[in-house]
Amino acid sequence: MAFEYAPAPESRAIVDIAPSYGLFIDGEFTEAADGKVFKTVSPSTEEVLSEIAQAGPEDVDRAVKAARKAFEKWSALPGSERAKYLFRIARIIQERSRELAVLETLDNGKPIKETRDADLPLVAAHFFYYAGWADKLDHAGFGTDPRPLGVAGQVIPWNFPLLMLAWKIAPALATGNTVVLKPAETTPLSALFFADICRQAGLPKGVVNILPGYGDTGAALVAHPDVNKVAFTGSTAVGKEIAKTVAGTRKKLTLELGGKGANIVFDDAPIDQAVEGIVNGIFFNQGQVCCAGSRLLVQESIQDELLDSLKRRLTTLRLGDPLDKNTDIGAINSEEQLSRITSLVEQGEAEGAERWSPACEIPSSGYWFAPTLFTNVTQAHRIARDEIFGPVLSVLTFRTPDEAVAKANNTQYGLSAGIWTEKGSRILAVANKLRAGVVWSNTFNKFDPTSPFGGYKESGFGREGGRHGLEAYLDV
Amino acid sequence: MPTTAHTAHALADVTASDSTLRRFLHGLPGVDAVGLEARAASLGTRSIKTTAKAYAIDLAISMVDLTTLEGADTPGKVRALGAKAVHPDPTDRTTPATAAVCVYPDMVPAAKEAVAGSTVKVASVATAFPAGRAALAVKLADVHEAVAAGADEIDMVIDRGAFLAGNYMKVYDEIVAVKEACGTSARLKVIFETGELSTYDNIRRASWLGMLAGADFIKTSTGKVAVNATPANTLLMLEAVRDFRAQTGIQIGVKPAGGIRTSKDAIKFLVLVNETAGEDWLSNHWFRFGASSLLNDLLMQRQKLATGRYSGPDYVTVD
Amino acid sequence: MSERLTVFKTYKLYVGGKFPRSESGRVYEVTDKKGNWLANVPLSSRKDARDAVVAARKAFGGWAGATAYNRGQILYRIAEMLEGRREQFAREVADAEGLSKSKAAVVVDAAIDRWVWYAGWTDKIAQVVGGGNPVAGPFFNLSSPEPTGVVTVLAPQESSFLGLVSVIAPVIATGNTAIVIASEKSPLPALSLGEVLATSDLPGGVVNILSGRTAEIAAPLAAHQDVNAIDLAGADAVLAKELEIAAADNLKRVLRPQPVDEVDWSATPGIDRMTAFLETKTVWHPTGSLGASGSSY
Repeated sequence: MAFEYAPAPESRAIVDIAPSYGLFIDGEFTEAADGKVFKTVSPSTEEVLSEIAQAGPEDVDRAVKAARKAFEKWSALPGSERAKYLFRIARIIQERSRELAVLETLDNGKPIKETRDADLPLVAAHFFYYAGWADKLDHAGFGTDPRPLGVAGQVIPWNFPLLMLAWKIAPALATGNTVVLKPAETTPLSALFFADICRQAGLPKGVVNILPGYGDTGAALVAHPDVNKVAFTGSTAVGKEIAKTVAGTRKKLTLELGGKGANIVFDDAPIDQAVEGIVNGIFFNQGQVCCAGSRLLVQESIQDELLDSLKRRLTTLRLGDPLDKNTDIGAINSEEQLSRITSLVEQGEAEGAERWSPACEIPSSGYWFAPTLFTNVTQAHRIARDEIFGPVLSVLTFRTPDEAVAKANNTQYGLSAGIWTEKGSRILAVANKLRAGVVWSNTFNKFDPTSPFGGYKESGFGREGGRHGLEAYLDV
Repeated sequence: MPTTAHTAHALADVTASDSTLRRFLHGLPGVDAVGLEARAASLGTRSIKTTAKAYAIDLAISMVDLTTLEGADTPGKVRALGAKAVHPDPTDRTTPATAAVCVYPDMVPAAKEAVAGSTVKVASVATAFPAGRAALAVKLADVHEAVAAGADEIDMVIDRGAFLAGNYMKVYDEIVAVKEACGTSARLKVIFETGELSTYDNIRRASWLGMLAGADFIKTSTGKVAVNATPANTLLMLEAVRDFRAQTGIQIGVKPAGGIRTSKDAIKFLVLVNETAGEDWLSNHWFRFGASSLLNDLLMQRQKLATGRYSGPDYVTVD
Repeated sequence: MSERLTVFKTYKLYVGGKFPRSESGRVYEVTDKKGNWLANVPLSSRKDARDAVVAARKAFGGWAGATAYNRGQILYRIAEMLEGRREQFAREVADAEGLSKSKAAVVVDAAIDRWVWYAGWTDKIAQVVGGGNPVAGPFFNLSSPEPTGVVTVLAPQESSFLGLVSVIAPVIATGNTAIVIASEKSPLPALSLGEVLATSDLPGGVVNILSGRTAEIAAPLAAHQDVNAIDLAGADAVLAKELEIAAADNLKRVLRPQPVDEVDWSATPGIDRMTAFLETKTVWHPTGSLGASGSSY
């Protein structure tokens, strides 16, 4: 008799979503100047969750002005006082983490297991970490009394809505900047709940402003002449547009963009853990992760053994209701993203790669994509070159460490890589040669507020997290 | 069910000599401790509710090797234990019997008598349990006595000293000898005392050593040392039996023992079984819990599911 | 209506997470600046000091091994707990140091903020004092700070609370455990701090607080072979020299007292009080080249 897990849904009653939300400017929720609104839906059910005010250029201007006004006092506060605001925010996030996890799962479609065990703990930890820096900037290695830049315009993606907000807002406020942040159009809710957290923390008005909207809202924000700092996380294509927009200005820019991370498995790897790392690397958050290990580079001598283990493991993945505590694979964030994944996968098949998925039932409504594995992939295939941003793994082989490194580096991206071997010197030698901003060995997708994160090459520039993450928000 | 026949299998040449055995064991893939423990912890977050919980609790009860291994054991104590194993919850006869009672060899006759006519097996620890520090002849005599008294299962301890000294062949030969002493009637569980082997690499090697030597079950520990069954070491052993079957076609059972006290813990172990070795192992022929206090917690949880109210220790028997 | 008679508190030591009296059964009288009786407090013995070392050593592995993030959360929790008892501490500090209510409140607020300052340091100090070293060879080389171990702390004699917090927090922020000898004349804020630490998720034994004659307790601790370091903040020049000589026997790390007229506990601290009780560990590991061919990309 099979051990069937009964449904174990997290209660959504813990979160109270209002039928509509305004823009958060200067400490108040307000309508958009032109009255525009858009709907945000739950990607697992296509249910409309709320109607959100859509910020236009006039609203952007108002928000930047509010942030500018707040900057004077905020930047003049002693660091120890700014620290205490950020500690308060960190604590309130810890207190409300269950509510926020459910909210994030509803709006994003990712499993509650991930929002509960990864997103929310990391969000709180990020604020906690940067809170501590606010009164220690003299010790950060940027000279004595380093100064903030001013108003930061920040545009974040939909894959880790609240975590990306934390990565942007925490270091900005710690260093004395004020912010105008645009969340992604498919996941605006947690940023708007964050506005309420700012209220509970007693944060002075105007220090944090939240402007939901589409790409044009973001474009208006980064182009605004009174913005001193632009931080963007998202696609490489948009990153390049932003780089062009800020060219010739004095705006400081950091970009965290796409990736095509290689997960390199040597024949002396701890196989069972490598399988877990591969699964985590590409199926965490449905593969909608910029640093995903979307290319598996496996040493030819263990290819069969590893793929057998991997396939067996994939059959145990549980796809379905993201609110169910036993769900491993949730919904794809949007219809648009789903069609992009679908089209790249079809190209992979057309180009002759061999497609495999475990048997799994796809729910009838919502946006879903089964975990997918491609074998017989070469560097020439599009699925080995383009960022798919979905639960799709391309498997390539190599014969020697040299070849592994050559293939891993053979991409315009350079965000992440994984190395699996029990041999320490091989880890370090390979890591030395990889052109990637984050290299995980015998693990994957590990994040910590103390650890800098960011890319080489077209994966962007600047680092978020750690002591290094302060630099992006300081006039140094 | 008959004991698995260990005929010549795919790995037969591995045990041809001391050096082939050593090379094989040292050639097994390494275990990354952080990754292993993270996987075990992650499976520990599975939420088993309602019907799944009821299924898991009954399954767990049916997998308990109800154990008493005290210097103060008496026939009376063993009889009471046997009665409890046959009818764990006298107020509810739908409660499954446990898999076995587990006793010292001299208590086997009393145990046999207590469980006569039921499905409950009698398991006996042997081979100078728990330390295993005795001459082979003494260990074998221990086994013979238990088998002669009617033990259905023998729980032997390996010679950890020999294993840690690298004398793998000595450990192997001893298991083979004990297996032979078990004859065709008794199934053999091989206890590694994982807490003393210390590293996960050692636990993986010991698992393969035991399976190669003819173990019917591999078992974590005696319950007599500081670290006994953990989710991580049990997960590792489940990977070993899974991989062994894939290579040889022979299925081996797993028995975590010691330290599993609550229904919640037991259910976590069942999740490990389900998602690592698979549902073929979800019966008491292939998976056991070596435990004493676990049973009462399972019974209380079972009562809670049946009545909707929390039970208390006064509503389960103390045997 | 007659005035309500207050309930006195029995002040006790804080050792291993428990609140024992001195094993010696001795107490001494503590008064305010005007000589009014405040309390009888334990007069700790050598045996109490030894017990405290055992407790601190037992707690060291767990505390040093806790994540820096976890230690930061706990130090911040101490600040939260103190915030809720600031009136009590303001009263005790006012009595101890002869300050007005409002001045004492300022001191207590500064002490609370000091915990917040060090809470933020737990996961940053390694980033400031550690780092990779570009050795001339095919080696990975990383230096990281690690806590020294069990630290005896002679709390400042005058600043009974802000000074006390300023010497305890840096010692434990980095993962050391501490045996603290409270200000001899004004031990009450220190003994009350024990009650706060006990309810802040701080594992028992990480901080152990003794009251009594500083010189009497410090002597065996300075000579104790299972103590790794000593902070002499509360010692005068004569005692400091004596203790430093005793400490040399097992080469304890010694933080000498600052001259009394140079001490300003209200100033923002640097990192010196943390680095005084840190060891640097440097790890080498070969990197080598990728293949026998030695080619590179």
